[in-house]
Amino acid sequence: MSSLLELEDVEARYGPVQALHGVTLEVAEGEIVAVLGANGAGKTTTLRSVSGTVRRSGRISFAGKPLRGGPEAVARAGIAHVPEGRGTFTELTVQENLRLGAYTRRERSLKGDIDRIAHWFPWIHERARQPAGTLSGGEQQMLAVARALMARPRLLLLDEPSLGLAPMIVREIFRIVRELNEREGLTVLVVEQDARIALQTAARAYVLEVGRVAITGTSEELQENESVRRSYLGY
Amino acid sequence: MADFVQQVVAGLASGSIYASLALALVLIHRATGVINFAQGEMATLSTYIAWTLTTNHGWNYWPAFAFTLAVSFLGGAAIHQTVIRPNEKGSLLRVVIVTIGLLILINGLVTLIWGGEVRAVPSPFPSGTTEIAGVAITTQDIGTILVVVATVVVLWLMFQYTKIGLAMRAAAVNPAEARLVGVRVTWMLSLGWGLAAVLGAIAGMLAAPSVFLDPNLMAAILIYAFAAAVLGGIDSPVGAVVGGLTLGVGLNLIGAYVDFVGADLRLPVALLVILVVLLVRPAGIFGREEVRRV
Repeated sequence: MSSLLELEDVEARYGPVQALHGVTLEVAEGEIVAVLGANGAGKTTTLRSVSGTVRRSGRISFAGKPLRGGPEAVARAGIAHVPEGRGTFTELTVQENLRLGAYTRRERSLKGDIDRIAHWFPWIHERARQPAGTLSGGEQQMLAVARALMARPRLLLLDEPSLGLAPMIVREIFRIVRELNEREGLTVLVVEQDARIALQTAARAYVLEVGRVAITGTSEELQENESVRRSYLGY
Repeated sequence: MADFVQQVVAGLASGSIYASLALALVLIHRATGVINFAQGEMATLSTYIAWTLTTNHGWNYWPAFAFTLAVSFLGGAAIHQTVIRPNEKGSLLRVVIVTIGLLILINGLVTLIWGGEVRAVPSPFPSGTTEIAGVAITTQDIGTILVVVATVVVLWLMFQYTKIGLAMRAAAVNPAEARLVGVRVTWMLSLGWGLAAVLGAIAGMLAAPSVFLDPNLMAAILIYAFAAAVLGGIDSPVGAVVGGLTLGVGLNLIGAYVDFVGADLRLPVALLVILVVLLVRPAGIFGREEVRRV
């Protein structure tokens, strides 16, 4: 498998505060990779450095080419970022959110795409005209994923999809992500606080500590790892 | 009764002019978060361009109208790109002060180019009245109302059904998210400024035939538009239209039937409307109170 996304020695800062101190990681085409770590370890910043929503330095390449520019350019390159805390336009309807998801594409009709996505999220059709803000937290998170899929991305960046959601909903979202990966070959880089479900879903994972990769390996290896178990899995 | 209906229609006509300018203010407030104090002067400049084309260069009215809209659109977008955008990174107050500077600058520019005299502007609509259900209504009023209604409908269709309209709304309600889906937010804001300039130009060109053209053409109309926007809700396009029409009709009826107000005290009444709405219901009729999730 070839690398779709590569980060080499990536640093990022918010004003005077440095959040990433040289992160190196890669994601192969068709893979689900998780980024774990405590609060403030730099998980979200890692995703933001990819999507260009934070000032970064170091080398990032996507599909063999250097990835540069702001989020508009990154979206056009084929990367869809579902940010932390429900990335939806709450004032716009479900359908408008989905139309915006396909903004970078040229197709005139999105009917086929919306139908394809409704296979994963069947409630989308009946809620089409409802403002996204009136959906439940879980539905909003699913809509954010659905909207990202509308772009037909080569890489999906998922930031903390479990945040503030009931365990049952979290399992449902991760099940859908796994199935999308198995059936449609979707490549996913997911940042997650809930290490257990992340390791069940991902093939490999990186554990960040204060802005650096501390441990990396396959999910099985990490589940066996003593310090990962103690710090992140709690047993 | 016929007199009353005439007053209402006349109110709707001036109200639609307020609505058009109020809509311009709302568009920019939604996108940039500021009141564009130069909106009225931008409209005055547009009106002078149309006046020059028709009076000095012999253009027919409607080609001049269309050309002025195009120029206004480009001008509005250019103002955003060159003057507003570099200041958007700072505080909102900075942008507000820039718009006040623009107000003074454009007013001076207009006086410099065209002088301060008051000029008569021909109306594009035939003079006289049309009888509708037994009530004589001036063609000027009907024309004004129709032009604004058509503009509002076109804008609404654009925002609702086109990709670019949706992107503009997305950029206004949530710029960070809009960037993530690939919307070039800065360009959408420039488009918004362009459209606002077009709305202002329409208001100016429609107002000029009845109030005459001078460099302060829009000074009072801008106050009415503020009142309309505040009344309807500064972030609500529907509110701007309803607010404009309500204010137009209300002021006209008060002016006609409340003796001590007359025509001279309309402006204070509009200011009173602003004050009362801000005190009683700051979000306006159609606005929503801002709710922030903590």
